[in-house]
Amino acid sequence: MKVSYFPGCTLRTKAKQLDKYARRAAEALGVELEEIENWQCCGGAFTTSTDEIATKLSSVRALNEAKVKGQPLLSVCSACHNVLKQTNDAMKNNADFAFKANNYCEFEENYAGETEVIHYLELLRDKIGFDKVKEAVKNPLTGKKVAAYYGCLLLRPGKVLQMDDVENPTIMEDFIRALGADPVVYPYRNECCGGYVVMDDKESAKKKSSKVLESARLAGAEIVLTACPLCKYNLEKSGMDMPVVYLTELLAEALGVKED
Amino acid sequence: MQRIGVFVCWCGSNIAGTVDVQAVAEALKTEPGVVFSTNYQYMCSQAGQDIMKQAIKEHNLTGVVVCSCSPRMHETTFRKTAAAAGLNPYMVEIANIREQCSWVHKDMPTGTEKAIILGKAAIAKVNLNTPLTPGESPVTKRALVIGGGIAGIQTALDIADAGFEVDIVEKKPTIGGKMAQIDKTFPTLDCAACILTPKMVDVAQNEKIRIFSYAEVTDVKGFVGNFTATIKKKARYVKEDVCTGCGICTEKCPQKKVPNEFNLGMDNRRAVYIPFAQAVPKVATIDPDHCTMLKTGKCGVCAKVCTAGAIDYTQKDEFIEENYGAIVVATGYNPISMDKFDEFAYNQSKDVITSLEYERLMNAAGPTAGKLLRPSDGKHPHTIVFVQCVGSRCSACDEKGKEYCSKICCMYTAKHAMLTRDKYPDTDVYVFYIDVRTPGKSFDEFYRRAVEDYGVHYIKGMVGKVMPEGDQLKVRASDLLANKQINIDADLVVLAAAIEPDKSARPLATMLTASMDTNDFFTEAHPKLRPVESPTAGVFLSGACQGPRDIPETVAQAGAAASKVIGLLAKDKLTCNPCVASSNEIMCNGCSSCANVCPYGAITYVEKEFRQPDRTTLVRRVASVNEAVCQGCGCCTVVCPSGAMDLKGFANNQIMSEVDAICK
Repeated sequence: MKVSYFPGCTLRTKAKQLDKYARRAAEALGVELEEIENWQCCGGAFTTSTDEIATKLSSVRALNEAKVKGQPLLSVCSACHNVLKQTNDAMKNNADFAFKANNYCEFEENYAGETEVIHYLELLRDKIGFDKVKEAVKNPLTGKKVAAYYGCLLLRPGKVLQMDDVENPTIMEDFIRALGADPVVYPYRNECCGGYVVMDDKESAKKKSSKVLESARLAGAEIVLTACPLCKYNLEKSGMDMPVVYLTELLAEALGVKED
Repeated sequence: MQRIGVFVCWCGSNIAGTVDVQAVAEALKTEPGVVFSTNYQYMCSQAGQDIMKQAIKEHNLTGVVVCSCSPRMHETTFRKTAAAAGLNPYMVEIANIREQCSWVHKDMPTGTEKAIILGKAAIAKVNLNTPLTPGESPVTKRALVIGGGIAGIQTALDIADAGFEVDIVEKKPTIGGKMAQIDKTFPTLDCAACILTPKMVDVAQNEKIRIFSYAEVTDVKGFVGNFTATIKKKARYVKEDVCTGCGICTEKCPQKKVPNEFNLGMDNRRAVYIPFAQAVPKVATIDPDHCTMLKTGKCGVCAKVCTAGAIDYTQKDEFIEENYGAIVVATGYNPISMDKFDEFAYNQSKDVITSLEYERLMNAAGPTAGKLLRPSDGKHPHTIVFVQCVGSRCSACDEKGKEYCSKICCMYTAKHAMLTRDKYPDTDVYVFYIDVRTPGKSFDEFYRRAVEDYGVHYIKGMVGKVMPEGDQLKVRASDLLANKQINIDADLVVLAAAIEPDKSARPLATMLTASMDTNDFFTEAHPKLRPVESPTAGVFLSGACQGPRDIPETVAQAGAAASKVIGLLAKDKLTCNPCVASSNEIMCNGCSSCANVCPYGAITYVEKEFRQPDRTTLVRRVASVNEAVCQGCGCCTVVCPSGAMDLKGFANNQIMSEVDAICK
């Protein structure tokens, strides 16, 4: 299976492990990731801007490239996935936005949201299947108490993202089970980590992320799993004694492809 | 040739605001057959009617066209006016230039143009109208009430009180409905069972009332005064007339783990059960989904212990047909499912419950015998959070909830909060609300008492999230007046779920050809002036099937529906609509197409002698319409291959002439 892959900026800098293990695990599972050529920032820093198309254009280009190749577009960073999926939805359903973006991009054929945008977790669940992932596991993480941290961007807005129930999701817990570990369900698993607030008010962000980790600790977690570089950053800056790892890292470990 | 008078109504500014009535009257003056045309401010007023009467006499009018509001509003008025002036009432036609013209158009030229066209069509039709005389049909003096909650009970009692027979069809094993599950009633706080059960007993003892419990209406045929309903009596595997209701079977049945729906699944019942102590009829019912005997053929304990010999495992569903003059729909409501509201963790924690579940927790006959204990661990809760409007007034979350206000939640939540504080002063009670709506007699005083005398914390704002942690529920909410986020560690969270019509309502509406709104509430014939009648003649509405309402309103409406039914059943004959089908016997070839499609069975075939041109006699089979039974639906006129069937008052040539006039 071949899919188009959009890594995103942070995966080139701060979140290299997220990218590295995503590629290794995919290879181990028989999926070929074809990196989008000349990709640029998804526009993730501007998620809330709705009246400006410029920030979304690089997403539109990436989506169109996947369409030309006839492949689904895969990303692993929560923010990139969120922006790509929302932009794709806008290209499909917001005629005004689509008209402006197409006018600007001048593709050979207008782009109308044809590409299927999937997150790495959806690749595992829907394209490969958690049962197949389970079969491929070489080092089952038996007995490990793993708390999935969803954050806000991975699932919301639910109507567009359509990955899982936004209030009571199960996809990451199912993933953890596939690796042989025990998922820990705790109340703060889809609360905000503080997000970009950290740039301007470190204390507020710290308060938010320590609550998340404290809640996971109370529920008996040994390790917290995330797909988002910003979440990882905030959670680690909270000063709590709780390891936070990318889901791809744990996957690579279970598949036995982590060590070089 | 007809002599037609045209009367254009202004309806104040309702029509005259967007239609140049003067120009319409002028333009229609020159239409074929028109000998008089005028306009007036309010044609429906006494003065307006007098103008019409005078014109009919002075100009010897043989037909009248009124350009006014929908015929639903004033067709009868103008027909009566014409009749008073000596004209056949069916020579009056209405051109609807209000609902279908002035109200939907914004500018005068378009509105005027369309009004003129609609007027021309009506004139073209009147030119072909013939005087019609209505017949009569008999009335079956028995009413059917569908649903045995407080609405159905009250309607049945009132109809029976007037001396007419009533049948109640209730799908559950007992009548009583939601009110039987409620603990106390607002704002007087009297016990719901204490005021409901005497009425249930009255129903059981009333000689005029029959109860078909554990039964459903599966088919309805006929029309006002002459309905035929098919009632499916579901097999309860207990002989109703033999069972004494002693309850021994319900104690001895070894199948103990069946969720008890009367207590909303918070405790268990046996496979053979009587829903509650005061059930009417007090007869056991075997639940075929859980009975070991019915499923595997091995058990039979209930039959062994029954001293009356009432158990019958071979019972089958039974269908009975019955005739009725009127039908009352009283199918009630249900709280919506909380599945889509996972932010409140209803499916994640046993200690998040709905308000109806809270009623059962407070009730002496409930799963905790009236003690307020948490469903999860049976401990006494100290902090209780009530969340109002869960799924109500929910326009932002379209497919999740309902756009309307469920109306009863503010009051029952105030009741719950007050009773909790009264019985357990050691509890902290919070109520989160969008608005508190208490427009009822003694309602606001009741709510103020909850706040001022009982110290309930009312907080304006919604709960964003409920998170189960350990044995507590972390409630995060906004306090809009203080403009801050608040967090409460609660022991119990109670959700005031929106209410929706019972699921049985939609198929029933189809059966009755009664109309519903987008939320599946039954629509009334007129929202202000005919609030308890459905637009379908002979079908009446009682209770929450029509919209959210509390008990006093339901009882009032139930009485109103009953009085309408009594008014109908008191008549020996009903005047029929003369706009019925008739067959041209010369053209009819006796093919039976019309009889096959007639929903009312109004068409029969007769052998008739015809004189041939050569003076011989030929006997042919031809269709004959029973005018008392025909409802003028027009199905037969569409299927008739020879064009012999036509509808009086809506004849094919009349409709075509209207179309021609519009397209001219």
